[in-house]
Amino acid sequence: MEAAAAAAAGTGCGPGSPLLLSDGEQQCYSELFARCAGTASGGPGSGPPEAARAAPGAATAAAGPVADLFRASQLPAETLHQITELCGAKRVGYFGPTQFYVALKLIAAAQSGLPVRIESIKCELPLPRFMISKTEGEIRFGNSAELHGTKVQIPYVISEKNTFKRMDDEDKQQETQSPTMSPLASPPSSPPHYQRVPLSHGYSKLRSSTEQMHPAPYEARQPLVQPEGSSSGSQGAKPPRHQASLIRSFSVEREPQDNNSNYPEEPWRITEEQREYYVNQFRSLQPDPGSFISGSVAKNFFTKSKLSIPELSYIWELSDADCDGALTLPEFCAAFHLIVARKNGYPLPDTLPPTLQPEYLQAAFPKTKWECTLFDSYSDSMPANQQPHDLNWMELSINDMTDFPVPTQDMTGNDKQALKSTTDEALPKDMSENPATPKESNSLKARPRSRSYSSTSIEEAMKRGEDPPTPPPRPQKTHSRASSLDLNKVFQPSVPATKSGLLPPPPALPPRPCPSQSEQGFEAELHPQLSRAPSQAAESSPTKKDIPYSQPPSKPIRRKLRPENQAAENQEPSATAGGPASAATVKPHPTVQKQSSKQKKAIQTAIRKNKEANAVLARLNSELQQQLKEVHQERIALENQLEQLRPVTVL
Amino acid sequence: MAVCVAVIAKENYPLYIRSVPTENELKFHYMVHTSLDVVDEKISAMGKALVDQRELYLGLLYPTEDYKVYGYVTNSKVKFVMVVDSSNPALRDNEIRSMFRKLHNSYTDVMCNPFYNPGDRIQSRAFDSMVTSMMIQVC
Repeated sequence: MEAAAAAAAGTGCGPGSPLLLSDGEQQCYSELFARCAGTASGGPGSGPPEAARAAPGAATAAAGPVADLFRASQLPAETLHQITELCGAKRVGYFGPTQFYVALKLIAAAQSGLPVRIESIKCELPLPRFMISKTEGEIRFGNSAELHGTKVQIPYVISEKNTFKRMDDEDKQQETQSPTMSPLASPPSSPPHYQRVPLSHGYSKLRSSTEQMHPAPYEARQPLVQPEGSSSGSQGAKPPRHQASLIRSFSVEREPQDNNSNYPEEPWRITEEQREYYVNQFRSLQPDPGSFISGSVAKNFFTKSKLSIPELSYIWELSDADCDGALTLPEFCAAFHLIVARKNGYPLPDTLPPTLQPEYLQAAFPKTKWECTLFDSYSDSMPANQQPHDLNWMELSINDMTDFPVPTQDMTGNDKQALKSTTDEALPKDMSENPATPKESNSLKARPRSRSYSSTSIEEAMKRGEDPPTPPPRPQKTHSRASSLDLNKVFQPSVPATKSGLLPPPPALPPRPCPSQSEQGFEAELHPQLSRAPSQAAESSPTKKDIPYSQPPSKPIRRKLRPENQAAENQEPSATAGGPASAATVKPHPTVQKQSSKQKKAIQTAIRKNKEANAVLARLNSELQQQLKEVHQERIALENQLEQLRPVTVL
Repeated sequence: MAVCVAVIAKENYPLYIRSVPTENELKFHYMVHTSLDVVDEKISAMGKALVDQRELYLGLLYPTEDYKVYGYVTNSKVKFVMVVDSSNPALRDNEIRSMFRKLHNSYTDVMCNPFYNPGDRIQSRAFDSMVTSMMIQVC
């Protein structure tokens, strides 16, 4: 079939009636169908292509892979809905072969710009084009050989648009890489999309095999595509619209491979990291993972996501399966996942997807509790390496989620063990092994998502117990208060009357580090801290590092100290920078050193806070001085007036 | 079997009203509106002493030529009014009761949603689908 495919006529030569397909189309569609059906039946990723193809006619394609395939065609959602209705799948309730083929033809028609009608498919049409990200393919289409339902369309290279080549794994490897480049190389709007044939299977072989034996067209395609021989990590072409996040998504894609999978990729599957993140959030709201989150608490929490109330109401309806007004852990995860998906632009489903059902979630993640603790420690050690991000991160993480919805729930026992062992050991280090970086970046991304939530209000960030990962908001508040108090203390002797009126001293003053005290104490601390973040060390005075909250010294004194300390520190950082610097970015935190690392992180964040606070205070200072002067002048003016008026009244 | 279903708040404004679309809906709205008086009458007739034992199901409020109107009150004075086609002879009291019970359960589920503010219009899709299922059997 493969060889024969090569010669297949280009655009469907036969009449495009729903049941009459050209050879090329027939092959293409049957492969796609087999892929969708194959994954639906849970065929393992390493299943032989032929086996999966063997039963195309009998099976029905599951909605999940089919929906993903349709989405990969990059048609707008309404068009896809129309197509689904037209092909009859809605009527019969499933995607049988007939419906599937009709749908594919309609997609081809839509992509060619024809209206979505039954009549349009009666004429000749090119094959539908699908941009499938690597992980999608890998997950959904377990067989490497089934590459070509969709073809790379490079007009100047390909005459054999409809050629269905069976690619070897090596070929797939090439393809894998080429897709990576293609979105970056070609303009996003270019009609000829690279059709990434997801190389699920090819993936695993990817690393081992070399790229040889390309059939001619491939080689022709190679120069085009410019696979930069990139790491096997560069996989997965994401649709060009996600170009911005391509790089990150590439790294994240690795993860799915390692999790091995054949997980049908749907946006409604919760990945491991997502799961952990949700559980973490749950625990921040409700310490006991076994009990409920009440309605009002959940409402406040989800309102932070800035979705509209009707949408949130609908999400609640979907996720609160027992309608008791409270969310258990699986319900909460489902709701959270729906919110995240919605924020990412996915339309809300009409019913709760099966992968989000509470029973399913509960069954899939029995070990949630202890994983959570690991995740906690993991998250603790990570914060310093992350900078707060805004919604950008959220988008990215969500994009990653949708594109590589690693269906960890279907993990085999082995995979889960592997995953657990990685989480066991400590965290960033082990994570970075393979998928480690992607996993890490994914979880890193996952956490920034919380930041975007918390950006709405600082108090809420505090309340949600996210202090370690989101240092800036909280300390800043306290520090600013402390700073203003400082200001009062500094200037009160000079202008007691006016100042006190302008700045009522705050009642509770978090102590600030005293420079004199901290200086000595700091030398010892300097080393570990410098190893932490040489850059940070250079900036901040040692005062801040050591004891974030001791008695506040006066600002001018602090400022003077800083340059001194900076000078001292600069030398030290450079000295120690070499060794620890490398470790600075990704600090392996063995569980033993978690405490000290925690402190270091706290110190660093305190340093940052202090710096910001200093800037704020300086500004405040100048403003207040100005106000003081004005008030003085007013007072003088008033006194003069009084003087002038007094003789009159007296007399 | 219902031709029109309405949920009226305690203050006698509609939280939800839905009719079979083929008919002149205004007529149904009017019927529901007039039935509110009958509901109030029945409630007050029960008297304060009987509040605890007051039956939630009020029964036939009043019949018209083509339709019958049934009523149901919850303990929080939220009223459910259902207009039923008279031409359906087999519709028994028990069935009406069960329909009201379903309505009440769905309404409770809507209230459980923390994002629903009591007094808002009911926009829950689950509630909608439940009402549709009750109405669609007519057609």
